[in-house]
Order: sequence, then C-alpha cells, then structure tokens
Amino acid sequence: MVRFILARLVKAAFILLAILVLNFSLIHAAPGDPAAVMAGEAGATDEQFLEDLRRRFGLDQPFHVQLWIYIKGAVQLDLGYSYRRGMPVAELIWDRLPATLLLTATAFFISIIFGVIAGVAAAARQGRWSDSIISTLALLFYATPLFWVALMAALLFSVTLGWLPGFGYETVGANHTGFARALDIGRHLVLPATTLGLFFTAIYVRMTRASMLEVSRLDFVKTARAKGLSPGVIQRRHVLRNALLPVITLAGLQAGQIVGGAVLTETVFAWPGIGRLMFEAISQRDYNVLLGVFFVSAAMVLLFNLITDIVYVIVDPRIRITQ
Amino acid sequence: MSLLSIRDLAIALPKGADRPHAIENVSFDLAEGEILCIVGESGSGKSMSANAVMGLLPEGVNPVKGSVNFEGGDILGLPERAMQAIRGRKIGMIFQEPLSALNPLMRIGAQIAEVFEAHGLLTPGERQRRALELLREVHLPDPEKAIRAYPFQLSGGQRQRVMIAMALALQPSILIADEPTTALDVTTQAQILTLIEELRQKRGMGVIFITHDFGVVADIADRVIVMEKGLIVEQGAVDDVLLRAKHPYTQKLVRAIPGITAGEKQDFEAAPVILKVRDLNKTFTTGGGWFKAPRVVHAVNKVSFDLRTGETIGIVGESGSGKSTCGRCIVRLIEPDGGSVEMGGVDMAMLKGAALRSNRKRIQMIFQDPFSSLNPRARVGRILTEGPIAHGTPRREARERARELLELVGLDASAMKRFPHEFSGGQRQRIGIARALALDPDILIADEAVSALDVSIQAQVLDLLADLKTRLNLSMLFITHDLRVAAQVCDRIMVMQHGKLVEIGPAGKVLSEPEHPYTRSLLDAIPGKAYEQALKQVVEAG
Repeated sequence: MVRFILARLVKAAFILLAILVLNFSLIHAAPGDPAAVMAGEAGATDEQFLEDLRRRFGLDQPFHVQLWIYIKGAVQLDLGYSYRRGMPVAELIWDRLPATLLLTATAFFISIIFGVIAGVAAAARQGRWSDSIISTLALLFYATPLFWVALMAALLFSVTLGWLPGFGYETVGANHTGFARALDIGRHLVLPATTLGLFFTAIYVRMTRASMLEVSRLDFVKTARAKGLSPGVIQRRHVLRNALLPVITLAGLQAGQIVGGAVLTETVFAWPGIGRLMFEAISQRDYNVLLGVFFVSAAMVLLFNLITDIVYVIVDPRIRITQ
Repeated sequence: MSLLSIRDLAIALPKGADRPHAIENVSFDLAEGEILCIVGESGSGKSMSANAVMGLLPEGVNPVKGSVNFEGGDILGLPERAMQAIRGRKIGMIFQEPLSALNPLMRIGAQIAEVFEAHGLLTPGERQRRALELLREVHLPDPEKAIRAYPFQLSGGQRQRVMIAMALALQPSILIADEPTTALDVTTQAQILTLIEELRQKRGMGVIFITHDFGVVADIADRVIVMEKGLIVEQGAVDDVLLRAKHPYTQKLVRAIPGITAGEKQDFEAAPVILKVRDLNKTFTTGGGWFKAPRVVHAVNKVSFDLRTGETIGIVGESGSGKSTCGRCIVRLIEPDGGSVEMGGVDMAMLKGAALRSNRKRIQMIFQDPFSSLNPRARVGRILTEGPIAHGTPRREARERARELLELVGLDASAMKRFPHEFSGGQRQRIGIARALALDPDILIADEAVSALDVSIQAQVLDLLADLKTRLNLSMLFITHDLRVAAQVCDRIMVMQHGKLVEIGPAGKVLSEPEHPYTRSLLDAIPGKAYEQALKQVVEAG
C-alpha cells in the first residue's frame, strides 16, 4: 500500500510538471501581455515605459528562460509575484483558500448526504409518487444552469424574502467575534453552498437510485432474504454498500473540483475565494495568479484521484493493488 | 405425516407474459428425510413453485390460489414479518449461481453469522464459533482461513459449500436447492451431491431439489415431479418416473438424455490433416489471494494434436483446465505465447494483419452463451452478413446467402428482419451457427455450444451440427465439460487438465477404457450411470 501511494505520488509530480509547462505555454501563446494591459490602463503609450515594465517583470527574457525560472520557483512553492495586487501569488492563494474550501467542502457534504439519502428513498419507493417527485427534481436541477439557479436563489431568499444574506463572506463592519462570527459566516454560506451543491446532489440522486435498483436485483440480495433478514438490514448492509461503489467514483470527481470548481458561484455571490480570484485574474491578465490557481487546482485533482483510489481499495476487497 | 404439503397452487404472471400462470394446479407433499426432485426444462415453473414456498417470488408475480401447509398452518401469503421468521430458520435455501449468491463486500464469516443475527440468536462471538463449525461440517478446506476470506477468494464449489453452511445454520427442517450444481464441474457436483445426501441423513431434513439433469435425479431422488409449462405432468417414486414414464413429455425428456457410451464412430486415420497444432502455449499471470500466492498459470501447456478433414475432436476437462483458452488461441482470439497452428501450410499463430484476417475466416467459432454472443442491437440479417461483407462479398449476394443459411439451420428467412431477443435460446444458438457458417469455414470450433440449453433443445442442436458437418464436410473442435455430449458427437476425445493434454484417443476407447487417472475420475463423477444401465435394460426388455 505504502509503495503504491509513493509510486502514485511520483507519477503525480511528473503529471503536475507537464500541466505546469502546458499552462505556461498556453498563457504565453495568448496575444497581449500583462505589461501592455497595465500600460494601457495607465494611459501610457510610451514604448520606453512598456519596455521598462517588461524588463521589471522579466517579460523581456526568452520563453524558455521564463519557463525555467517559473518551474524553479514552483518547486519551492514560490508561484511568482502579482504586480497588480502587489503580493506574492502563493500568499494571495493561501489567503483565499479557506473561504473556497469552506464553500466547496460544505457543498460536497451537502450533495453527498442529501443525494444519497434522496436516491435511497426514491429507489425504495420505486414507481410511486414520492419517487417521481425526487426523480423529477433531480432531473430539473441537473438540467438547469448553475448561474441561473444562483441568481434566482439570491433573488428569492435574499432580495424578496430577506431570509439570508445574498452576497459576501460575512457582514462587513459588524466585527463579530467567536461564535457570533461563525454564525454570521454560516448564514452567508447557505445560499452559495446549496447552489453549488445542487448539481452534484442531482447526480448523486440519479446515480444512487439507479445503482440501488440494480443491486437489489442481484442474487446475493435474494440470499439475504432467504436468511430471514429484515428488509431494513438487507437494504443497508447488502444493497446500499454495494450500490455506493459507483457513487464513490463520482464523489472523487467532485472532490477534485474542490479548489477550482466554484468560479461561477463565487462570482455571483461575491464570495472572496479562489474562484473569484481566478475570474478577476483573467480579466486583468494577471498571469502569475492565473497560473498559480491552475497549479493548485491541478494538484488537488491529482490528490483526490489518489484518495478515491485508496478509498476504493478499502471498501472493495476485490480490488487489489497490482504493481 | 408430511412435512410440507402444497395444494392447488397457482401463481399468476404479470400481464403480457407468454402465459397467464407461471404454475397451476400444483400439489405435492414432502416427507421428513425425503429428497424430492422437481425436473423440467427452463420456463417449466419448477423454480417458481420452490420460491413460492419461501415467499421469494419476483416482483409482480403473485400466488392467486392454493395453500402451502407447513407446521400446521398455511404459510402462503403470510405477512413479510412472519415469513422472515420462517426463512433461514425453518426452511433454508441454496441457489444456482454460487458466484453471485454471496455479497462480494462481506467476509464469509460475517455472512454466515448474519443468519443467527437475523433471528436474534447467540452472541457475536458464538456466531463466529458456530460459523467455523459449520464450515467444517460442509468440509471446506482450511475453515479458519476461509471464515475471514471474501467470496471472490473461493472457488465456485467452495462458495456453494458456504451457501449450504448458511442454509443449514439453524437446522431447518426443509432445504430447498434450486439447481445447486448446474454451474459446477462434474467432480465438484459429485462432492456437493454427496454432501447434501450426508447432511440429509444426519439431520433428517426434507430436501426439495430442483434440477434439469436426469442423471442427478436418478442418483439422489426418492421421489420425482416432472413439470411442463407450469403444470405437473407426472409424479411418483424415482424408478417409476425415470424407468417407466407414463407421460409422453417425460418419455421425450428421458429419450433426449445423451448416453455416455459412444456410438458408431468413423475412422479418420486416412483423411488428410487439416489443422496441425504443435506445442501450443499460453500462460497467464494472476494476482495473489488468500489461498494462492501470485502465480503464473499455464493455461495451455505444450498442447499438440492433429485434426483431420471431416473429423470431430472433443476437448473435455473441468473449468480452468485450459480447454477454452486452447480453442481461442487457435483462432487467435487470444495471442498464444508459443507453438504453431498450421492450416494448409500456413502457420496461423504467426500471421499478421490482412493475411491473418483472410485466413481467420477458415476457422469459425460458436460460443456458449446464446444470449450474450449476439449483438442485441443488430438485426439477424446484419449479424449474418457482416462477416462476408467485410471479406468483400457484395451486399446482395451476402443477404441471399444469409437466407439460405437460415433455412439450413432450420429457421425461417423472415428471421432476417428480427432482433436476437425475439428468439429462444435454442433458436439463437442456431443463429450463432449460421453466423459461423456464413464465412464458409473449413473448421468449426464449438465452445460449450450446447451447455446453456435444455436437454431436448440440446439434442436438436447436436443433430443439426452433425447433419451440417457431413453435408458441408466440416472438421470440428468441440469443447465441452459434458462427457455425455462429447460421447455423442466426437470421433476422438482429448482430455485436458491444468493446461496439459493428458489423454487423447478414439471416443469409445477414452470413455470405456480410460488410461489416465484423471479421465477415470471425470467418468466416475458423472451422475446417473447406474440409471443409464437400468434404463437400457428396461428398453431392451421392451
């Protein structure tokens, strides 16, 4: 097991390096550079000023030199410097990370818990009206674009009903501390987390329902009935455990998006996280920030892929690591 | 007094099924310590009757009439909760597929302990101890290890023993066994049958044994029920039904049982060799488990033989003996590791690309499972013409030929426009044969081609193959685990064990005077040999 994890980590490091090179090349292939944007914003048309900016940022160096400098830094977790914000990129990401993790992790757990429960309920009531309602809702949320749900949720619960705050991370200027602050953040969290989780909730519902129905037709479920077990135990111990295997695969996919997957939600709800940082970095051509965010997201995807594989080995005894 | 008595049982099928009732007017009794066999072909309703006793009918299938009397009351239609108390405790059940009948994610010990837990008996520690005792009682090798194993770490026969241990955990008075040995090898089957017999004697259980194999019936049954299309057509003591059958359906089934003695065989000594296999080798490396360290399996180990024009060679052996791998290596569905497969001066094992494709059509395969070996989304017309068109036959010509082929295998030309699911298992196997013949092969490889079929259908398909073989002058490799079938169709038989060819010779000689001890053990394990003798005497006596 340890050898398997180590081998995978080594492999991940190479993949990460490849991603880094690819991202760096892609960004540099795009027309225009940060210096031009900054100069344009400052209203400067002077060629000399532009040259100075480029020299200051190191943009006058040949491509491979820039790449080499960047990689050397990234290995030491130095992701460069954002001249727009006057801060090292790593620090910027580190500042924004907690807000994003709070949002995406909450959304992750909301969608898994509600998705699996609703899926099990729908499967148990297959063909009845409660199944139809759950399945229809799941299909609806699956098909509706995220930003639209977000806007409508903000409009309804915040603007019209006034139940929940519609944007931001906490009430500005309230200076809450301790529990009061946690509660305040929690209230701000409800709408974005629910919105972000809805899509995956819908997928989990459909997946769990289909998987439960499929497993309940298998032979060993009949064996369990022939033992005289009660329906509840059969559902829990025999059907659900087997039905959750495909759900784990999906959960791994969702978990991989834990850093980079909330751009839309964070933008609509003005949530000060990585997603919004990325959005702003794109419009400002803040390449170092953009590259940094890509790098961290890619690392997370690789990490959660590995975790998913390990979870699989634990829950399914048939899977053995072959090297 | 009888243990179980069923009266006038009728079970309705959902609307749209091919008949309104799964079973009708079913009445029978089971006495203490008696083994009652229910025989019939697939769809005869034999499993339905047994499942009804357990209250384990599929959804939408419900009893509409009759009674199941057990321990002084009618248990048909008891509420679920009351049935739970009976299942496992009073009536145990084992199923056909040991590979899928156990939860893949739970340890063996936990699955047995569950039986006690379901009925609120014993403490967790005692349950494990009892589980171990039970595993010993069903003669599972290394029970201490097996109790901690997962199902996938056990073989099919071992899993069936676990199923039996589970069914017997609470000493039920009735054991229902639904085709428990159908998926097992003959030697494993013989062991399981001995085990059931032993446990019946020790515990005085009544056993309802559902099977389609008359040999098994003859060996273990006290009484027999024959079912056809949901009705009991005949029931009585085993000798009365099997030797002196009154109902024409029973007589038909008895006639369809292939005999183990080989009939008149042609000698192909003088015929030219069409396929020359030399030192064929294939190894698989498998991962380790609880009972085996990671190891290299010699699936096919230096196998050499000659197939002559017009001849049929049977390849027999148990599962895992390498007989299927051997067939697949010859057509290059699996890449052999070494050796040569020479056909008309060309070494099939070495060919590549276009040369392989054009030579491959000379050898065609017929597969075991008529349900999964045909593309469910393709009409029969496409299935039959795809091969010839790929080899350059004009579409019209190929379709014309497909119609002829359908006629040749005994199907109507209108089958061209239909999908595989619209046909029965036997008809689909005919389509499979037509597909193999569409490329005008010289050699057919039939891999367990009749194993999934009922005896009467099996006999028809075998007749068809024999007829086609002589008409088209085909040579055939017939892979089977069923020595009775091999005896009927093969000129020569080769026996494989652990990838090695242990014996090859004329069918009559291999079956009557086997040289290798393994061949002898295979022959000894065949059920119903005494019955076959008795039947012959009855037939001779008129």
